[in-house]
Amino acid sequence: MRAGGVPKRDSSQRTAFSLLIVATVIVVLPILAIVIQIIVSGADAISLEFLTEAPSQAGKAGGILPAIVGTFYLMLGTIILALPLGVMAGIYLTEYARKNWFTRAINLAIVNLAGVPSIIYGLFGLGVFVLLFHFGMSLLSASLTLACQALAMTVTTSREAILAVPREYREGSLAVGATRWQTIRHLVLPQALPGIITGAVLAMSRAAGETAPILVVGAAFLLPGLPQSPFDQFMALPYHLYTVAAHVPGMPKSTMWGVALVLMVVVLSFNILATVIRVRARQRRYSS
Amino acid sequence: MLRQRVHDATAGASLEKRLRRRRLREKLIESWVFLAGILTIVILLGIIALLLKEGLPAFSYTPPWEFFFGTKWYPVSEPPTFGVASFFVATLWVTVVATAISVPIGVGCAAYLAEMAPAKVRETVKPIVEILAGIPSVVMGFIGLMLLSPLVQSAFNLNTGLCGLSAGIMLSLMSLPIIISVSEDALRAVPDDFREASYALGATKWETIRHVCIPGAVSGITAAVMLGVGRAIGETMTVLMVAGGALAVPVSPTDPMMPMTAAIASGIGNAVRGGLQYQALFAIGLILFVLTLAVNLIADRVLERQKRKFAR
Repeated sequence: MRAGGVPKRDSSQRTAFSLLIVATVIVVLPILAIVIQIIVSGADAISLEFLTEAPSQAGKAGGILPAIVGTFYLMLGTIILALPLGVMAGIYLTEYARKNWFTRAINLAIVNLAGVPSIIYGLFGLGVFVLLFHFGMSLLSASLTLACQALAMTVTTSREAILAVPREYREGSLAVGATRWQTIRHLVLPQALPGIITGAVLAMSRAAGETAPILVVGAAFLLPGLPQSPFDQFMALPYHLYTVAAHVPGMPKSTMWGVALVLMVVVLSFNILATVIRVRARQRRYSS
Repeated sequence: MLRQRVHDATAGASLEKRLRRRRLREKLIESWVFLAGILTIVILLGIIALLLKEGLPAFSYTPPWEFFFGTKWYPVSEPPTFGVASFFVATLWVTVVATAISVPIGVGCAAYLAEMAPAKVRETVKPIVEILAGIPSVVMGFIGLMLLSPLVQSAFNLNTGLCGLSAGIMLSLMSLPIIISVSEDALRAVPDDFREASYALGATKWETIRHVCIPGAVSGITAAVMLGVGRAIGETMTVLMVAGGALAVPVSPTDPMMPMTAAIASGIGNAVRGGLQYQALFAIGLILFVLTLAVNLIADRVLERQKRKFAR
């Protein structure tokens, strides 16, 4: 019985293991294919002119500078709004909140906000910032909308980073007579800073790639110049990619791939930056 | 002596003043951070209130029954009719396709990473999967448009490669990162004692994975699948660009179709503020919100249970 059983079990194990490896290969290959294809096809379009000039002929010629600048303004606007509020909410949840129904409600709200589809944030931004507050189809409305979406992330990452600071630090500080806020300000926050910044950079990367919300609150396809105030309309890379790929007939393919490449570079470089900060902070903690 | 006492008294007074100011500052800061905490609830309630305020009036023009089961979406005809059944069926199709592909592959990959992969392979594969998580949805839509849809068109001999199947395949890629990372965490949370006990009984490694690790991690894997489904339902740009955008009720995944998110995104630009179409689109948003909320809440519950399971 044993003689018959073992080879069969061995072979079924081999089959199963090769299937798992195949699954992993199926995951990895398309990702590499996508990234390589974008780099190879997009590289043709990249030139100084493409990066530093405004578009002409409905985006078919010229460059994409206003879209690049618009995306950076959006990232900046989003993080300026979402980071302080996120850190403050994180401080509240870890340092002040009691274990009661109210705190549970906040945590539940955060979980749900993180799962709300981006198009719904677009509807929210349209209804509240564009129409109710009369900010119009502007950089400000779009930043506020993306900030609402980013808030769940900045709260969560701040909370995790603050929670990771050992309790003893706080107790030591309180024992020498520091107040709660002094402890947070001079002890907890500096310790938690790398984690908080990692989360912020990731949130910026996410904001750079979001398309659906800004499509609803009104990114512009073509603008001659850069936005001069928060109340101006704006161009943005992801919306530009959507329009040149799906709405402009006769668009040269290399231009589309070029826009995709620039967007990927912006988004992924912020992702990599976040990873570097995280790894550096971990190394420093281990060495000290 | 007297001077000393006077000095003490003033020092005491200023100390008390300082202490009072300090207490005030502490209170002030506490209330500030408290307000930031409340903001998350305010935004969530704000979203719900807005969707209800703008969306519910749609049901007084179109009775709920006709709205949900009607298949005629003619927002600009006279009189306009609003039936969202075809959007709903389209969302169902792309979600089913995406889940059918991403769950076996994602869980398989997670099992490989958690149970078998040498550290080096793991450290290479994980960042690659993280890159996938970082790719914006509009880029995935673009890739679907340029690379995948011609393949699907020729493989299935279709009139157009822009269909539910192409969108579903792109969505499956996009839900892979969350499925892999949550399932892998769940598998890792199964204590090693369990594996060792299984080996001690003579089980092979695969039998251990199959009969010990995966059952032990089943609620975490379920949560992973639900989070993946939630992503697929709520994803907008990819389905807007790749699913084809046809208004008829799709009978097969190879039909061009318009999922709910795409219907909102493509219609909202032309809808008159506060008009009938505007309200109908907010009503679709309301349905979408309730759906994703339910999926995420259940996933969160299941995940909590998984966490408690092996906690000591």
